[in-house]
Amino acid sequence: MHDFGYHRPASVADVAGLLASKGEAKVVAGGMTLIPTLKQRLASPSDLVDLAGIAELKGVKAEGGGITIGAMTTHAEVHRSAEVQKTIPALAQLAGGIGDPQVRNRGTIGGSVANSDPAADYPAAVLGLGATIRTNKREIKADDFFKGMFETALQDGEIITAIHFPKPEKAGYSKFPNPASRYAIVGVFVARTAGGVRAAVTGAGPCAFRSKELESALGGSFTPEAAKAVKLGADGFNTDLHATAAYRAHLISVMAARAVAAAS
Amino acid sequence: MTATGIGASVKRKEDFRFLTGRGTYTDDINRPGQSHAYILRSPHAHAEIVKIDTAAAQSSPGVIAVFTGADYDKGGLPAGWQIHSKDGSPMVEPPHFPLCKDRVRHVGDQVALVIAETYAEAKDAAEKIDVTYKELPAIISTADADKPGKPQVWADAKNNVCYDWHLGDKAATEAAFAKAHHVTKIDLVNQRLVPNAMEPRAAVGDYDRATGEYTLYTTSQNPHVIRLLMGAFVLQIPEHKLRVVAPDVGGGFGSKIFHYAEEALVTWAAGKLHRPIKWTAERSESFLTDAQGRDHVSHAELAMDKDGKFLALRVSTIANMGAYLSTFAPCVPTYLYATLLAGVYTTPAIYAEVKAVFTNTVVVDAYRGAGRPEATYLLERLVDKAAREMKMDRVEIRRKNFISREAFPYQTPVALQYDSGDYDATLDGALKASDWAGFESRRAEARKRGKLRGIGISTYIEACGIAPSAVVGSLGARAGLYECGSIRVHPTGSVTVFTGTHSHGQGHETTFAQLVSDTLGISIDSVEVSHGDTNKIPFGMGTYGSRSLAVGGSAIVKAMDKIIAKAKRIAAHLMEASVADVEFKNGTFTVAGTDKSVPFGTVALTAYVPHNYPITELEPGLEETAFYDPLNFTYPGGCHICEVELDPDTGVTKIVNFTAVDDVGRVINPMIVEGQVHGGVAQGIGQALLESCVYDEQSGQLLTGSLMDYCMPRADDLPNFKVATQSTMCTHNPIGAKGVGEVGAIGSPPAIINAVIDALSPLGVQDISMPATPLKVWQAIQSAPAKMAAE
Amino acid sequence: MPTVEMTVNGKRASAQVEGRTLLVQFLREKLGLTGTHIGCDTSQCGACVVHVDGRAVKSCTLLAVQANGASVTTIEGVANGETLHPMQEAFRDNHGLQCGFCTPGMVMTAIDLVTNNASPSEEEIRHGLEGNICRCTGYHNIVKAVKAGAAAMKG
Repeated sequence: MHDFGYHRPASVADVAGLLASKGEAKVVAGGMTLIPTLKQRLASPSDLVDLAGIAELKGVKAEGGGITIGAMTTHAEVHRSAEVQKTIPALAQLAGGIGDPQVRNRGTIGGSVANSDPAADYPAAVLGLGATIRTNKREIKADDFFKGMFETALQDGEIITAIHFPKPEKAGYSKFPNPASRYAIVGVFVARTAGGVRAAVTGAGPCAFRSKELESALGGSFTPEAAKAVKLGADGFNTDLHATAAYRAHLISVMAARAVAAAS
Repeated sequence: MTATGIGASVKRKEDFRFLTGRGTYTDDINRPGQSHAYILRSPHAHAEIVKIDTAAAQSSPGVIAVFTGADYDKGGLPAGWQIHSKDGSPMVEPPHFPLCKDRVRHVGDQVALVIAETYAEAKDAAEKIDVTYKELPAIISTADADKPGKPQVWADAKNNVCYDWHLGDKAATEAAFAKAHHVTKIDLVNQRLVPNAMEPRAAVGDYDRATGEYTLYTTSQNPHVIRLLMGAFVLQIPEHKLRVVAPDVGGGFGSKIFHYAEEALVTWAAGKLHRPIKWTAERSESFLTDAQGRDHVSHAELAMDKDGKFLALRVSTIANMGAYLSTFAPCVPTYLYATLLAGVYTTPAIYAEVKAVFTNTVVVDAYRGAGRPEATYLLERLVDKAAREMKMDRVEIRRKNFISREAFPYQTPVALQYDSGDYDATLDGALKASDWAGFESRRAEARKRGKLRGIGISTYIEACGIAPSAVVGSLGARAGLYECGSIRVHPTGSVTVFTGTHSHGQGHETTFAQLVSDTLGISIDSVEVSHGDTNKIPFGMGTYGSRSLAVGGSAIVKAMDKIIAKAKRIAAHLMEASVADVEFKNGTFTVAGTDKSVPFGTVALTAYVPHNYPITELEPGLEETAFYDPLNFTYPGGCHICEVELDPDTGVTKIVNFTAVDDVGRVINPMIVEGQVHGGVAQGIGQALLESCVYDEQSGQLLTGSLMDYCMPRADDLPNFKVATQSTMCTHNPIGAKGVGEVGAIGSPPAIINAVIDALSPLGVQDISMPATPLKVWQAIQSAPAKMAAE
Repeated sequence: MPTVEMTVNGKRASAQVEGRTLLVQFLREKLGLTGTHIGCDTSQCGACVVHVDGRAVKSCTLLAVQANGASVTTIEGVANGETLHPMQEAFRDNHGLQCGFCTPGMVMTAIDLVTNNASPSEEEIRHGLEGNICRCTGYHNIVKAVKAGAAAMKG
C-alpha cells in the first residue's frame, strides 16, 4: 500500500475536523475492508482517521424497547451481547456469522453499514428491521440509506455514530455463503413487526434491498412455505463465477424460508 | 515393535519448532545487507513489449537497480523431460527467459525486476515503470488451442501443439473394439487447479565476494535439482560455487519442485549487485506464477464383451501446458498419465493419444498425483458409466475385471509391470468400513428428510517412487531418479542421517529417524535427519511422486547396510571373532554361540579412536553413503468410497462419510501415513467439489486469482475420514514401502463424483463435471429429465 | 514516521514504522518474531493470527499503528519456556500439523476459540476454524487436536 498519515482522534468532533483539513483522508473503523483495499493499492488516501479511540462510538444499550449499537461495536461484541441476544436474537446470530472469528473481532457494525458491500450481512438486518442510522449530522432511515454498490446516503465528512434497531415481534436471518470468500451469495433477513413484515436481501443485487414479493407473501402467512412459494425472476440479480442470477433468485426464496423457520 | 520403532505412531520430532514459531522458512531468513526484489508482471495475456521506460523507477527512493529482459544475459529455464511425437519429432521446446525479452505470454509473466532497500520501495518504484504493450489476441481454451486459426503462442508450435504423442497398441485396440458387445463413451474435463501451498514461494539470493560462492535460499522440494538446473542451464555457475538451501518449506504438493524465474533472478542479481536479495511472493502472485495442475480434456471409450469384461480402452486427451514448458510438465500427461490407464483392470488392449498444447495461461506441471489423478478419474468415471449402461453392479464390474492377487508381477499393455497388490482385499475392506451394503436404507431415510443421498466408489492404482533411471532416461527424462542417503555415526554413537529427499510436511525427520533407530538399535533421540542443503547433503533428487520413503528411505537402508557391514568387522576385531560369526541385533554385536557382545556405541567410538583396531584392513571412521536407483516404480492402490447428501434446495453437497482403504506397502509411522491420506483426500475433495482455476476466455485474466474466488477447502467443508491400510509389500525395495503422499488425491475425486451422480441418478442425471459446486448441482437438478417427486 | 509502542509477549516493544506498516510486518521485521506467517493477501488464510488485547485477529489486516498501546501475544509467547501450552501439546499429540506453516495461526485461533467456548463441539470447532486454511492435514487431526486441547485447558 502507499503510505499515509495516521490519526486517532478522541472525539467525533475531532474526526470531522480532520476530515475537513486533510485532502484525501479516509475513515477507518475495523479496517476489514479498507486495509485489504489499501494493500491492493486500490485506494491511496493521504490520511487515515481511525475511530478506534472514540469511546462514545462503542457499546450496546437498550433504548425504547429496541437496542442501539455504537458504530465501533465489533461483530463479536454484538454476537455475544446479552442485550442483543435477548431483544433481537436474529441480529446476534447474524453478527456471529459474518466473515470469520478474527474478522468478527475487528470488524464493526458502523464500518460494515457505511461500506454497503453488496454481499455484506449487516445491511440486510438494518433494512429488514427498519433500523435508524445515526450520524454525526442527522438520523437516516434504513429505507433511505443504501443507494447502490458501495454507495450510501452518507455525505462527505459524515460518519455513522450508532444504529438503532426497533424490536421486532419475530425475526430471522439465513445466508448462503460464497464457498470461497464466505460473503453472502444470498442472505435474507425477515422480520415481523407491528408495522408489517419486512424482508431484506443482500448478496443478490448492487446493494441490500427489500423484496416486495417476499413481504407480501409473508404478510399473508409468515411461514417457510409461503416464502418458498415465492418465485422471483432473475432480472437484475448478480451473476458471477459462483452463482447465476437465476440461482440467486431461487436462493432468495430458499433462504427466506429458512430465515422464517429460524425466526424467533 | 518398540515404542519408537518401525510401525509405531511416534510423535513428530519436528513439531516442537513449528508449534513454538521457531521454524525457519525462506521468508524468515534475512542476510546482512539484504535488499528486496519486486517483479513487475504483465497485465496482459499476450502482448508485444514495444518499449520499457525505467528512468523514473531508477530514481525512485531506495531503488538499487531495475532490470528488464534486455539486461538479462544468461540462459532460459529448461524443461527436464523430452517427449517425442508419434512421428518421431521432438516436442516444441520454446525459450523461457526469467525476464521476458520482447513478448509476454500470460498475465503475470515477468517484465522487470526492481531491487530496492525495502520491499515497499521496490513496489513503489515498479509503479513508475512505463511499459508500452501492443496487445495480441490470446488463446486460453484447452479444447480449442489446436484448432486452426487460433492465436499462436509460439511461432514454432503450429496450432499450439507442443507434442502429439501416443502409447499402446492401436491395431490390437481397434480389433478389440470391432468385436465388442458394447462400447461406453465418455467426455471429461479434468479442470485446472492451483496448488496453493500455504507458504508462498520465496527466494533469497546471496553472493560471497570472498569465495565467489553463490547461495540461494528457496522454497524448494528438491534443492539439488534446482542447483543442477540453475547452475548448469540458466546461470552457468558450477556446482562447487553454488549452494542451494531449502529450509523449512510450508507445503509443496508439486508446485515447489520446479525451477522458477525468481530463483534465477535473485541469484543472478545478487552476483551483479553484491547484495543479498529477497523476493517473497504475495498470494496473488502465487496464483499468477506457481505452476498449476491438471487441465485435461479427454474422450474415452471402453469396449466390453457381453459379460462386462473389458476388452479394450482408447483415450484421446488434450493437455494444457500453459505458455511455457515448466520443469516436468511434458512427462505429466504422458508417462505419469497414459501408463496408468490399465488401472487395476485386466484390459488387454489400450491405446492413448495425448496432444499437449500451449495457451496464454500460467504453466501447468505436476500437482499432487500428477497425471495419475487424471487417469484414475477418467477410468473410474468410465467404469461407473459402463456399469450403468450394462446394468451391472458397480462393485461387480470392478471385481470381474480386477487383476487377481495371483497375477503379480503383472505386465500391463501400457508399459508398466505391477509388482504386488490385492485389489479385492482393499475393496472388501472399504465396502465393510463404509457399510456399503446398508446404503440403500440410508438413502431412503435421507429421502424422507428431502435429501438426495448417493454413494460412490473408486478402485485405483498409481505408480510412484518414479524410476528406474535407465528406463526414465529412455522415456525422455534428462535426469536420473535415484536417491542418495548418507549415515554419519558420530564417535559417541549418535547418528546424523543426510537425505537427498526434502520434508515439507511429510515428517521425514521422524519417519527416517524411526527407520534408522530401529535398524541400528539406538535411541530415536540420538538420530538427527538433515535435509535441504546442498552443502551438507552429498546429492539428492528431492521429494515428489511419493518417492521419499520408497526411494530415499531405501538409500538410507543401503547406507545402513554399509555401516553395519563395517561395524561388524570392527566388532569382530574387538571380540576376536570371525566376521562371518558376528550378528547384529537390537544395537548389539554378538558372536553366535558365545556370550561375547559389543554395543553399537563401543564400535562407533572404536571407529574414531582406533587404538585397538584392524587398521591395516579398515579405515577409521564410520560414515557411509549410498545411492539407490530403484528397480521399478512402486504401485500403491486401494479403494475409496464416498457417501454424500445433496440438498436439492441449494445444490449443496455434503460428504457424510469418506472411507479410504489403501495399500501403501510397509508403514513406518501409521500416524503420519494417516495424515498423508487425510491431506490427499482433502485435496481430492477440493478438486471434486470446490476448486477450479478459471481464466476469462477472451482477456486471459485469471478470474480466480485470490482466495476470495478460488475455493480452498476449509474445516467446515470437510468430514472426518475413515482411513485404513491393507498392505501388500513392494517386492523390489528393501523396505517394502510403496508411498502414500498422493494416494488420497488420486483415489478420491472419482469416488466423490460417482457419489454425486449416484445421488442424482433417481432424477436421470448421468453426468456432472468437477467441481460439483452447489450451482452446478442445482442446475443439474433443474434440467434433470425426471423432477423430484413432490415431498 | 510514527513510533509505536506495545507489549508483545509480555515485553515492551517500540519502533518507528511507516503508517502503512502492518502489524505482521512490525512483528516479523522489526521484532524478529517470524513465527507469525503471511500466507495470503486477502485476509483469508489466517497464518498471521495473533492475539491483540486477548482477541484473535489477523495481523495482516491491522496496521501496526492501530495496535499502538495494545498487548499482543504471538505464537512465540504461548509456551511456558520450553513447556508447550496444552493446545500446542494437543496439536503434537494428534498430528494436527504437517508443514507447520499454518500452525501458529491455527494454534492462536484454537486458543481464542476455547477461551470463548470451553467445550466446543466438533461442529463449533470446524466453524471456529473458518478463518484459517490448512492445505496439508484435511483438518481431521486439527479438529481432534482442538478438542483435546480444550479438554486439557480445562484440566
